[in-house]
This record gives sequence, structure tokens and C-alpha cells, in this order.
Amino acid sequence: MIAAIQPTDTWYLILAAVLFGIGTFGVMVRRNPLVMFMCIELMLNAVNLTFVTLATAVNDINGQVVVFFVMVVAAAEVVVGLGIVVAIMRRRNGLTADDLTALKG
Amino acid sequence: MELVVFVLAAAMVLGGALGVITRSNPVHAALSLVLTLFGIAVMFVSHNAHFLAAVQVIVYAGAIVVLFLFVIMLLGVDKTEDINIEPITVQRPLAAIIGLGIMGILIAAIVAADDVLVSRGSGIAATTVENPDENVRQLARSIFSDNVFAFELTSVLLLVAVIGTVLMARRVKSSGAGK
Repeated sequence: MIAAIQPTDTWYLILAAVLFGIGTFGVMVRRNPLVMFMCIELMLNAVNLTFVTLATAVNDINGQVVVFFVMVVAAAEVVVGLGIVVAIMRRRNGLTADDLTALKG
Repeated sequence: MELVVFVLAAAMVLGGALGVITRSNPVHAALSLVLTLFGIAVMFVSHNAHFLAAVQVIVYAGAIVVLFLFVIMLLGVDKTEDINIEPITVQRPLAAIIGLGIMGILIAAIVAADDVLVSRGSGIAATTVENPDENVRQLARSIFSDNVFAFELTSVLLLVAVIGTVLMARRVKSSGAGK
């Protein structure tokens, strides 16, 4: 009975939307820059899941190609972001986003 | 069977995501992120995206999370952060409203556009026992023919990112240059 239910593409898309919402909430709430980066990764993964699901739904391989490029850009983004965090943290001690007020007007 | 896989993978994804935003220790948050990434990889497999599932595990769970843990170790910030203090008083309710709002809008759009999901592409070949590398073959054919320019640009992007990070994280030797 229950085994007859097949998860449709809509289920996957809704799961990705929930994951994106959780990531958005995390970016706005957490104050540790590293954890904020992790929440951005959550949002990127939600988008990747959406792309792969839609590639299957519309039967087009280009959806999976886009995910490949998103992964490359995500890797580059994490490398640069963590480099910035390391460079900032070397000069000051506090590690919350609230402490980074150098550009405050 | 597919339902069981979906439910288990969804539990991994959502449990890991909630762990990332609720654990006060950054190391625990990074390990929760691994759980989410593995759940996403399982979903990629159930969508016949075998190559992307492998890349997900290697690049995300292997490289990116290790990089996070490395930076946490390097900076020595694995102290538990007190997440009960709230510097801006209305921040969390507002963030919850915005997050739930985005979630609600997306779900409404997904449900409303349910009938748009019709097959109109040139087709994704299913991986079978006879053709175990069909997904990789098809993906490579698309990347190295239609998208070869974008592929070459990603190599430039990675090179720029590596050089930029090395320059940024380098310790400045001369005393006056760092100011």
C-alpha cells in the first residue's frame, strides 16, 4: 500500500525549497562567518537539487551540466571566502560578523 | 522502495540542515553539513545523475568541508558560541518570517507550476547494467561540445581564485606594507 506511492518530482522540489529557506534563515541569524558560509552552501545545494530534479522532469541533460558549473563556482567561492576570513581573523580576535565594523559609516 | 530512499535521504538533508543552523560549535555544524551533502548525493543517484553524485561526495564532502574544518582548526575558533544571546532584538523573528516567506513562495510556485513539468529536452539516457557509464558519457558530450567555452572559463576562474587566495592569506614580511 505505502510502497505503491512513488515520490514525484514535486516532492524533491518542495524539499529543495525547504532547504533553501533553512539556509536563508541561517545566513541571517548566525553570527559566525564560517557557519554563515555553511548556510550559503546549504542554499547552493538546494539549487543544485532543483536543477537535477528539473533536468529529469524536462528530460534535458543541460540541467546536470549547470550543476557541474555551480559546483566549480561554489568551490572557488569557498576558497576565496575562507581566505578572506583567515586574513581578517589574523588581525583581530573576535570571530563574529558583528565585530567586522571597519566599513561602518 | 523509492519512497523509502526518498524519506531517508530527506531526513538526512533536513536533519543536517537544522544541525548547521542550531549547533553552537562550528565543528558540529560542519559535520552536520556533511550529512546534508550526503543526503543530496543520494537524491542525485535516484535522479540518475551518478556523475554528479560522485562529484558531490568528492568535492563537497571531501574538499569543501575539509577546508572548513581546516580553517576552524587553523583559527582555533572551535569554541562553543553562545547562540542564546541575540544582539539585535527583532533579528530572529524577522529572519524566520523572511525564511518562511521565501519557502512559502517557492512551494506555492512549485505546486502551481506542477503541470509545466513536461518532457521537452533531447533526453537523458538511463544508466543500465549494460551501459554503466552512460550518464558520464552524455554529460561529457554536452560539456565538451555545447558548453566548452564555459568549461574553459571555469579553469580560468579556479586559477584566479587560487592565486587570489594565496596572495590574500600570505603573511606580509615587510613591517610597513601590512598597514
